Amino acid sequence: MNFELLTQLIVNGLIVGLLYGVIGMCFVLVYKSTKVVNFAQGEFLLIGAWVCWAALVYLELPFLLGFILTLCFMAAFGVLLQMIVLRPMIGEPIISVIMITIGLSIFFQALMKWIFGVSPQSYPQVFDNQSVNILGLNVEMAYLMSTVIALVIMLAFYLFFKYSKHGLAMRATAFDQQVAQSLGISVKNVFAMSWGIAATVSATAGVVLGMVNGVSDSLSIMGIKVFPAVILGGLDSIIGAIVGGVIIGVLENLAEFVDSQYLHIGNMYDIAPFYVLLVILWFKPYGLFGTKDIERI
Amino acid sequence: MSSLSMRPCGDFRTSYQQDNTIFETSQIRLMAIAAVLVLCAAPLFLDGYFLTLCIQVSYLGIAALGLNILVGYTGQISLGHGAFFGFGAFASAWLNSSFQIPVFLSIPLAGFMTMGVGMMFGLPAARIKGLYLAIATLASQFIIEDFFARADWFSGGPSGAAAEPITLLGYVFDTDQSFYYVALFALVTMLVWACNLMRSRDGRAFVAIRDHYLSAEIMGIKLNKYRLLSFGISSFYAGIGGALYAHYLGYVSAEGFTIFMSIQFLAMIIIGGLGSIKGTLMGVVFMVLLPEVLETGVGVLKMTDWGNIPLVVDGLAYIKEMAIGLVIIGFLIFEPQGLAHRWGQIKNYWKFYPFSY
Repeated sequence: MNFELLTQLIVNGLIVGLLYGVIGMCFVLVYKSTKVVNFAQGEFLLIGAWVCWAALVYLELPFLLGFILTLCFMAAFGVLLQMIVLRPMIGEPIISVIMITIGLSIFFQALMKWIFGVSPQSYPQVFDNQSVNILGLNVEMAYLMSTVIALVIMLAFYLFFKYSKHGLAMRATAFDQQVAQSLGISVKNVFAMSWGIAATVSATAGVVLGMVNGVSDSLSIMGIKVFPAVILGGLDSIIGAIVGGVIIGVLENLAEFVDSQYLHIGNMYDIAPFYVLLVILWFKPYGLFGTKDIERI
Repeated sequence: MSSLSMRPCGDFRTSYQQDNTIFETSQIRLMAIAAVLVLCAAPLFLDGYFLTLCIQVSYLGIAALGLNILVGYTGQISLGHGAFFGFGAFASAWLNSSFQIPVFLSIPLAGFMTMGVGMMFGLPAARIKGLYLAIATLASQFIIEDFFARADWFSGGPSGAAAEPITLLGYVFDTDQSFYYVALFALVTMLVWACNLMRSRDGRAFVAIRDHYLSAEIMGIKLNKYRLLSFGISSFYAGIGGALYAHYLGYVSAEGFTIFMSIQFLAMIIIGGLGSIKGTLMGVVFMVLLPEVLETGVGVLKMTDWGNIPLVVDGLAYIKEMAIGLVIIGFLIFEPQGLAHRWGQIKNYWKFYPFSY
């Protein structure tokens, strides 16, 4: 039993899990308010990371400025995407909505490959020292920053939905669209806003991940790996997404640990979450915190 | 999604049997038979390139037909069809090389094996539906893909598996011309079977589940049984298609059967028209021709002076992928009922010419 490796992996799992939680939150936000399952979530990360990279490398902006530019771009991108592509899809059957986001995902993934190439690129140095030592564990600076950013985003979500007028409008729309509309809430704006927020926050996660591992099209895998997390937590629960994300993050690292120490099957890190996903769907399809779908005849 | 009836005047149906024929009128039946005959004669006047495309259409068409039975007729969603297609390919090669089962037997056996795997992964469908099912099948896609990469005894691991050509009574079907007939035979058989399935009790149960599953259940249709059956039939089709693919290429490797392939199958049936057998074929032809047309287009562009842009010429692979994404989005927004619906409208236009709308 290699305890040092185990703790290191669990810490890694917590950090990555928090990022899964952030991406899962965006996913749940879009699902809750617009009833669209966003298979293009991973491409938001990818586009955000590439745009920020281009701003830093080609335009040679300082990091903070480039980052803010990226956020503005992604907000506009998300809103436009909803207006142009997703709005005609309101009221269509679920397969059409799923397929249109899959179509978007294919399109943007290929577009990014076409523009930026397939080889991974690394970000310019942002921090002076690469890793810090906390309680005897080596934690990369970018990871530490990602944890802080993830926690800040979660807090911001909480405050936004609890206290702001727009957050209240979004909660009302998620609760009952027709009632919200009759009370004077512009459901159209709420839809566009939720896509904008999802794109912006995903892009943040994309930039953070890009700083750790370099930017390449493998970032879009995150959009698929977030499914086990949100299903575990319940598709329409924001807290569920965070809890599910952390659990899946730790779990895949534990699977990796067990595999590398005892089983030697290989590739468990990538595939274990999907086994978990099938098991959850089999025994508790609505997850830990999701609302059960009750149908009346 | 029933199209406008095109029956001539005075053609009244007086029994259920008459109302349930495969072909609506005798003229359509004659035209279908003529089409099959023309296709039989096709190798005489088509060159190798077009024959390859035809063979591609037939094995992809068989698999897409299975997906349309599942998605278009039963209303379930599957994102794992590409993996089942691959499973059929590996299963047939494995049965043939490990147990010396002749290929013409191993292809249907591979179909049944794939059917078993498909029903196993379709088990969650008994409890969940809609997007939960989509995500469950997405998980099965990754699990099966992982299985291909890991099970060396089954798939030959990273080096892939060799598949022998089909032999029947000493004759080897290893040229494009001879394999074309095998593919055509398989496609027509599977098409007729799908048409007949939809006229049967089971087929009507599928449609009832798609249209309103609660009402269907109240009417006495066993939801679990038929959902599982639909998964089984669809994987059987995928397995047959995959097995034909394996024995046509003579070689199977695990890289091809990714989520992208599953998406392409879904794209085929959406472009063609959900719940339409004719539409499935149209969609497959469309998706097979799309990359070829793009390639020709770029080739023509390359010859002109102003068209030799390195970005376009080098990025052809990405342009093809982007075109697939765009086509999916475009069809869903502008033509959600697919090519089959458009075809019906065109027919309608000519039929009722001055009074069409």
